[in-house]
Amino acid sequence: MQNLVSFENVIVVSGNFPILTGLSFEAGPGEIVLVKGRNGAGKTSFLRTVAGLSRITRGSAHVLGVDIVAKPGDARHRVGLLGHESFLYEDLTARENILFALRATRSDLSAAKSAMESVGLAGRLADLRVGKMSAGQRKKVALAALLARDPELWLLDEPHASLDSWTREALDDSLNSRVSRGSTVLLVSHETHHGSLVPTRVVEIGGGRVVADSGRVQAAHLEQEARSEQGSDHVA
Amino acid sequence: MWRDALLIAGKDLKVEFRTKVMVNQILPFAFVVLIIFAFALDTSPGTLQKFAPGLFWLAVLFSSILSVERAVAIEIDDSAGDGLTVYGVDPGGIFLGKVASVFVQLSLLEVVLTLGVVVLYGSKTGGWLLMIAATVFATLGLSAAGVTYSQLAGGSRAKHTLVPLLLVPVASPVLLAGTKAWQDAFSASSSLGDPWLRLLIVFAVVYLALGAIFFGSILEA
Amino acid sequence: MESNRYKWVRRVLGVVALLLVAATVVLGLWVTPPDVVQGQLVRLIYVHPPVAWVAYLAYGVTSIGSILYLWKRTRNIKWDLLAASSAEVGVIFTALTLITGSIWGKPAWGVWWTWDARLTTTALLFVLYLGYLALRRVPTDSHRRAVRSGIAGLVAFVDVPIVHQSVVWWRTLHQSATVLNATLSPKIHGEMAMTLLLGFISFTFVYAWMLMHRYQIATMEQRALDVELEQLIEERQYEPEAGSALAQ
Repeated sequence: MQNLVSFENVIVVSGNFPILTGLSFEAGPGEIVLVKGRNGAGKTSFLRTVAGLSRITRGSAHVLGVDIVAKPGDARHRVGLLGHESFLYEDLTARENILFALRATRSDLSAAKSAMESVGLAGRLADLRVGKMSAGQRKKVALAALLARDPELWLLDEPHASLDSWTREALDDSLNSRVSRGSTVLLVSHETHHGSLVPTRVVEIGGGRVVADSGRVQAAHLEQEARSEQGSDHVA
Repeated sequence: MWRDALLIAGKDLKVEFRTKVMVNQILPFAFVVLIIFAFALDTSPGTLQKFAPGLFWLAVLFSSILSVERAVAIEIDDSAGDGLTVYGVDPGGIFLGKVASVFVQLSLLEVVLTLGVVVLYGSKTGGWLLMIAATVFATLGLSAAGVTYSQLAGGSRAKHTLVPLLLVPVASPVLLAGTKAWQDAFSASSSLGDPWLRLLIVFAVVYLALGAIFFGSILEA
Repeated sequence: MESNRYKWVRRVLGVVALLLVAATVVLGLWVTPPDVVQGQLVRLIYVHPPVAWVAYLAYGVTSIGSILYLWKRTRNIKWDLLAASSAEVGVIFTALTLITGSIWGKPAWGVWWTWDARLTTTALLFVLYLGYLALRRVPTDSHRRAVRSGIAGLVAFVDVPIVHQSVVWWRTLHQSATVLNATLSPKIHGEMAMTLLLGFISFTFVYAWMLMHRYQIATMEQRALDVELEQLIEERQYEPEAGSALAQ
């Protein structure tokens, strides 16, 4: 099966500091990979590199079959990133932001409506300027834009943070249905319980590279492991 | 590229329409510049009338610095510029879109400032064809060079001091040629064959091309 | 480590530059005669035009270095360091051009400064490349700095003919042609021409010598950064907390 993400000894340097130090990683379609690691381990940098936001200094990297070292631009519009920043314009409304993202990625505009409804962005909220929104509401806008775009590869950095439980469940359901159709999710999360979004694999990053990989495992086994770690791994 | 340019220009103008930075901040600034020129020179009508074209273009140059910095700053809040990268928007399109948006805003400013120099300095006008043609190409060149340099310095802490230092010497031919073209337009010998107009066209074409070629490298780096 | 041959070339270059400058000084101050019109003042001609030539040469090298870095097939950080080194030397020689021009102008024209086309272009050039150097001082990684300053260097160079043309027109289209050229271009012949040629050659050698030194420092700084980066990568790979909970 073709890999959606394939990194080999990737080194990324930012301002003369190595943020990734020879990271190797592969993921195929239909995976939900939980990326773990301590603060500063390089989890966020890893996602940003996959999204094509960081220049790769050394190593080889393919995303969705595109060599992103040679042609960093060619895979980006098929990748969706939800990071600490939500890439929104404060002076545009929720709806305008979502439509802008769809137009910029040449996606189907008609998907906006149902995506907004699925995260509870309806009525007045849809036409409120993002600058006037709370952190949780902004995240909903960013999520709705992502859901409407429906990328093949989802890069989610703490997607559940600052979301209410209703939206969390809605997000998990949406992601599960997309994964079952072949999309892949890379999920960075400090939370041990992920609701109905069950990782199929756990990868740990430390010192800017992958230090452990569970491989593709059964959901039940991972759940158990996650639960047993809850006591021991407080720093993470 | 053109489609992306249109998208970016539309978005930037919509943001401007909402925030009114040009109308509420840059335009009043340009206006006060016109007033302090009179303090620095002499209020006798002859003097101000004589120097009106140069003062006009100086006010436009100062305002353009604020305008291009604003155009780049829009993408910095909430890392929206990274968003454009992730969406795969064509860098040349981003450049042309931003230039178009700055161009529209500066043109609006120039209309108001023209009224300003007519009313405040008693400036003559005339030679409309040359005057408008020179203004359009000068503004295009200024916007193109400005957006390029603003992005070059963008993201650095020193950007507010760096942009004027980089932009003003590069844009000095626009100031000179714009002023001379206006003087020619107001004189009896106004014609579209004016050499200053040619220089403004060359400047605009060169900087639009350079920006479109290099904007991607600036964003990628 | 720096190769011995490189060091040797640089030393020889330095000695040759020194000898040539010394010869220029002797010829320029004692051997050549004073000018009929300008008197002793004409001796500045052995300094001012060569210094200005070096400034333009330096910016030419900066532009070539910038292009070679920006072009992906020839991309190498050395081109960027060469461009930067040359720009620094260029700024110094531009300053010298302006200073010697002023020193010449005061007795010749009675003013320190005149809005001569060449003078004005040179002044703008000075500021353009000060901007280039200021942009280089913005802290960032080597690649980003190289791309950004490379573009700035190239854009500045493209601007030079436009600036020059506009300033030439500015001084000629609306005023009678400049009289200054008459006093600035004294009749040159014989040993004066020889000395002027020697001036050009000796200052070009001085430029080459300064450039090599500056470039040497720049590559050493870069090498130190590279070594530091390798160490940081290694240290980070084996951070104590990089150990895995999963692996246990």
